[in-house]
Amino acid sequence: MSVSKPLPHDAAPLHVTGAARYVDDIPVPRDALSLAFGLSGIAAGRIREVDLSDVRAAPGVVRVWEASDLPSDCDCSPSLHDEPLLAGHTVHYLGQPVFLVAATSHLAARRAARRARITYQERDAVFTVDEAMEADSRFEEGPRIWESGDTAAALAEAPHELSGAIVMGGQEHFYLEGQAALALPQEGGDMVVHTSTQHPTEIQHKVADALRLPMHAVRVECRRMGGGFGGKESQGNALAVACAVAAAETGRACRMRYDRDDDFTITGKRHDFRIDYAAGYDDEGRLLGVEFVQYARCGWAQDLSLPVADRAMLHADNAYAIPALRVESHRLKTNTQSATAFRGFGGPQGMLGIERVLDHVAHALGRDPLEVRRANYYADMTDAGPEDGPAPGPGGGPSAPRASATPPPEDISGQKKDPGSAEDPASRGAVGAVPTGRPVAAPEGVQTTHYGQPVEDFILGAMTDRLAESCDYAARREAVREWNARAPILKRGLALTPVKFGISFTLTHLNQAGALVHVYQDGSVQLNHGGTEMGQGLFQKVAQVAAQGFGLPQEAVKITATDTGKVPNTSATAASSGSDLNGMAVKAACDTIRTRMAEHLAALHQEQPDAVRFEGGEVHVGGETMSFARAATLCYEGRVSLSSTGFYKTPKLEWDRVRGQGRPFFYFAYGAACSEVVVDTLTGEYRILRTDILHDCGASLNPAIDRGQIEGGFVQGAGWLTTEELVWDDSGRLRTHAPSTYKIPACSDRPEVFNVDLWDGQNREETIYRSKAVGEPPFMLGMSVFFALGDAVSACGPGYPALDAPATPECVLAAIRRVQDGAARWSPRWRHCRGTRSPGPTPRPSASPPRCRRACRRCPPPTCRASWPMRRATPRISC
Amino acid sequence: MDISFLLNGEKIELRGVDPTRTALDWLREERGLTGTKEGCNEGDCGACSVMVTDGAGTKALNACILFLPQLHGKALRTVEGLSGPGGEMHPVQKAMVEHHGSQCGFCTPGFVVAMAAAHLNGDRNHDDALAGNLCRCTGYAPIVRAAEAAAQVDVPRWLDDDPAVALAGDDEAPDTGGPAPRGHAPESVDELAELAARHPEATLVAGATDVGLWVTKDLRELPEMIFLNRCRDLQQIEVGDDEIRIGAGVTMDRVLELMREHHPSYAQMLRRYGAGQVRAAATIGGNIANGSPIGDNPPPLIALGARLHLRYRDTRREMALEHFFLDYGKQDRHPGEIVEAVTIPRQADRLRVYKLSKRLDQDISAVCGAFSVRVEGGTVQEARIAFGGMAATPKRASHVEAALTGRPWSDEALVAAWDEWELDFAPMSDMRASAEYRLNAARNMLTRYLLTDLGAETDVRAIHEVRP
Repeated sequence: MSVSKPLPHDAAPLHVTGAARYVDDIPVPRDALSLAFGLSGIAAGRIREVDLSDVRAAPGVVRVWEASDLPSDCDCSPSLHDEPLLAGHTVHYLGQPVFLVAATSHLAARRAARRARITYQERDAVFTVDEAMEADSRFEEGPRIWESGDTAAALAEAPHELSGAIVMGGQEHFYLEGQAALALPQEGGDMVVHTSTQHPTEIQHKVADALRLPMHAVRVECRRMGGGFGGKESQGNALAVACAVAAAETGRACRMRYDRDDDFTITGKRHDFRIDYAAGYDDEGRLLGVEFVQYARCGWAQDLSLPVADRAMLHADNAYAIPALRVESHRLKTNTQSATAFRGFGGPQGMLGIERVLDHVAHALGRDPLEVRRANYYADMTDAGPEDGPAPGPGGGPSAPRASATPPPEDISGQKKDPGSAEDPASRGAVGAVPTGRPVAAPEGVQTTHYGQPVEDFILGAMTDRLAESCDYAARREAVREWNARAPILKRGLALTPVKFGISFTLTHLNQAGALVHVYQDGSVQLNHGGTEMGQGLFQKVAQVAAQGFGLPQEAVKITATDTGKVPNTSATAASSGSDLNGMAVKAACDTIRTRMAEHLAALHQEQPDAVRFEGGEVHVGGETMSFARAATLCYEGRVSLSSTGFYKTPKLEWDRVRGQGRPFFYFAYGAACSEVVVDTLTGEYRILRTDILHDCGASLNPAIDRGQIEGGFVQGAGWLTTEELVWDDSGRLRTHAPSTYKIPACSDRPEVFNVDLWDGQNREETIYRSKAVGEPPFMLGMSVFFALGDAVSACGPGYPALDAPATPECVLAAIRRVQDGAARWSPRWRHCRGTRSPGPTPRPSASPPRCRRACRRCPPPTCRASWPMRRATPRISC
Repeated sequence: MDISFLLNGEKIELRGVDPTRTALDWLREERGLTGTKEGCNEGDCGACSVMVTDGAGTKALNACILFLPQLHGKALRTVEGLSGPGGEMHPVQKAMVEHHGSQCGFCTPGFVVAMAAAHLNGDRNHDDALAGNLCRCTGYAPIVRAAEAAAQVDVPRWLDDDPAVALAGDDEAPDTGGPAPRGHAPESVDELAELAARHPEATLVAGATDVGLWVTKDLRELPEMIFLNRCRDLQQIEVGDDEIRIGAGVTMDRVLELMREHHPSYAQMLRRYGAGQVRAAATIGGNIANGSPIGDNPPPLIALGARLHLRYRDTRREMALEHFFLDYGKQDRHPGEIVEAVTIPRQADRLRVYKLSKRLDQDISAVCGAFSVRVEGGTVQEARIAFGGMAATPKRASHVEAALTGRPWSDEALVAAWDEWELDFAPMSDMRASAEYRLNAARNMLTRYLLTDLGAETDVRAIHEVRP
């Protein structure tokens, strides 16, 4: 069996020796040019004058383009045709490319680009959620609203109600390899583009459009990316288009890579959100009705913001059955980088909203948050039905979710789109796709989500039980309580949070994949498919599928670069779907070839084809055993085609995004994490002490690679919620524009104790060898750290911490002051600029060293008061 | 400039080198050695890590902010040069494959080089050795597992780079002639003092961890450069009975080792100063002379009562370190004058240094506070408190110091000092922290200092998971 083995990444030996080639490592012709963009210095306004004489005169400069010099508008948008390669008259954000320089070296191009003199007529920019709401600056005509049940009534009738808000920052992808592209002009005007992209087909489409060529004249290749995380789904379009245009016009190879600062400044990041919430609940903490208003800052262009915001709405329930749930989503247009795909694609933001609600409810009731979470879980399901209890959770009733209160117009795409250019249907940003329109209704008695999808595979109850046991949750909860009662300065926190993540592109037609497999006459196999490799181990997993198909050792299978000339019309490698889709397509191709081989070999031996076995690098037929190579030679000589395409489309999907109804997901992937932290209440500094994870990969295709996704996803998710802070100043300039100022987790930030286990189940749906997607779901396990921090803070006083994300040490210290004051004050102002945020008044000395002044829920007051060492008079150390 | 060095065991001689050419660009563009990656081009991610060996040993350095002249007479080894003559993998390479330490693979060469350098030096504190390498895929756990596994295996013989042997006869001053941009590489402090006086406009480069960014980020042209790294006599540490004298050219990794013994809290802070790659290049003189308000050495040095020694040709002067910093970007250094050394009076260790940043390792301080409070009979005799990140320059908290002096060393002292903080500092808000946070945290650092004296647990790094 090749499948399910923990084999190393196929390129690992190349990685560790420096031999793995990335786009900027590809040898280029001697006369190749390097490109750089000149960037806008303001966030919003009109360009008055562009003086590029010094740029043109700079050493090494070969050519310079302004928007008016381009062969077309060279649109780079994956959705609305609203991203011209170069700003023509209007500037929409600080950092927008205004002109393009081609020079003899990367450094020469960068130096020249700084010499421009551009004058602007500035106008007031829209930066914050509040400013955008006030200006009604948004994508789509109004908010999208989905509701199941009667939320207003549920809130009104609930025994308890609370409300609040959480602000969560965006996140820079910080792929270690910055954006890069290389275009090589071909005979007859054709173009070959090497690029670091998750979506070669879209690059092909955009380059073809820019050059006014049919797609067949453009070939795009990507062997690997140095990290993607969603940041290379659409953000590489500009570089590829720029290189192709420059290559076409100069006849020379052109390459471009963003310097890291430019990468931060130009490209989109994760959407930052504010989520306002109101929740009604009973004495046990069971949610009866929840209302969310989600505000997403989408930046200047539409990009993939609509499906991102959709997915945030789709994950507003996370793991919880909520009888009445209303989600209102505002997609706000601001003069900042255009926010884009990032691992989780809105899911993390939606989930953080509901997890905040549960945490807040637990605090209000003085209950353990895990207990409250458990009380709201969907019911565990087996194939026989609900695992325990007669009824699905409170939200799982048969009541069919209602349509949106104010149904938005049917086609929201038609108005802004340039009629002269075709939308890219292979993009997640495509909105013109016709909804399936079929009426969707879950069967009676089946628990469903707020968008009507049956939750048939829920296993978090059992997973949570096992994790709580393996991480010793109950005893550690008690130990943390005891510690916090006696320790005056350092407080601990503990939290266990679940993840339920929907797997499939929500734009249904993207759920397809193709593959191309060749068996050569020496028995070696060449494998190609539409997925791209960004480190997630897709190629390795799919190669294992192919090896399995022919009963061959892994080495017999050659993995090749993703190439639009081999497999056309691919979807982005995104939405965690890479292995699910491409694995199945490859399996289909292998099955076709193997069947042909079996039929031929069986005929030679007067056997039945199904009696031919392929295993261990050999083929067994009619009592004879031959090497696979011999079998391949025999088939070749027998004039059997040893090449095949394979195709796969995900079944069971039907989704109407306008109504918010249907089954957008083939299945759900699950996980749970428990984290313990310690917080210094004097400075807000903290550390993750231990994390335990139990994650569901179905029947894993490669447990080592899946484990890597889980560990890495968790740390990246924790980074999003802790140290990774994006700060723009008042002019709209991103001040955290390099690793010196933007802090992704470093080695010592990983949990000191880090236990990761895979759930030993299998996918109930027929996926590739019953595995589950694993790219995005583990990211949200990082939420356990965020809520553990809140737990630690809440040991400092009676108030609710109401942490915002990222919970930097500063943010944590501000929360400590708030809980000491007893009131969970929350300022609705977006943290656009650090300087505008106040961490609250400075307490007088008597209140300065943190201590429990008031009756504290989590530690008995007498202990608290007695434990503060400053009450014990004399210093023990004298010098 | 004309220079020579070893590249993966092979002797390289370069003529007419642009002194601002970085090793990274040269390796990738001239030599086709593309295993060394550009991740950030500012020394913060470690993807460009290379191994450099000289008389002082083997270190990992960031090639993106390493100018070629700094390599003269040394041995440079890139990821391509780690494997054996027959293509055998280095133990860390093998372990990285076996423990699934690479995913996208882009940071991997840098990690492998940093790990190989640590492996060579027997350094088993993996968090420290890898603090300067960022990985966005793995979450670091498998990389640390690989480092632990590799530590069990011997250093391969083929990594025997001794530049003194290999470059015998070449360890001479590089030829510094040629047209602008020009580079000088003096061999002694005397020569340096003379050169600096003759070229007061020249840029002095020690480790290039700051000047490197002037070139890679600000894209500045530096027509005249003086490289300090060949002035051996600028790199002396002298521990005397009355004072410790640290030459301006002493790198931060050596300062860290020195402080372990004399002022452990200073050493602990320096463990978080940049990372290994930066500390191996950066010098204490550079950190002082560039006058940054957030340099991490001045606060502890000021709290220790350090004095700065300046020299113009043969004229020397000295001053209390805090007097060197006049205003933002302005220091009391005359044109052509060089920083020669810093001296610290020997004293009983009462120093504690608190570095506050968003991320623990390899982050620039939002606030760096250094406290040295001498207490006798329960009363504060003397307080020296200095901060970085709280003003336009590194600055003493003189009002706070005065309020503490003569007070009982208890919460009374905190109360007495409470309102003095605002008199000492009016910090700014920026992307690292708000003014309010800076002030509150600074004030609380004094509380931490006192509570630590009283025996309370105040260090999150000393805490481990609860074990019920």
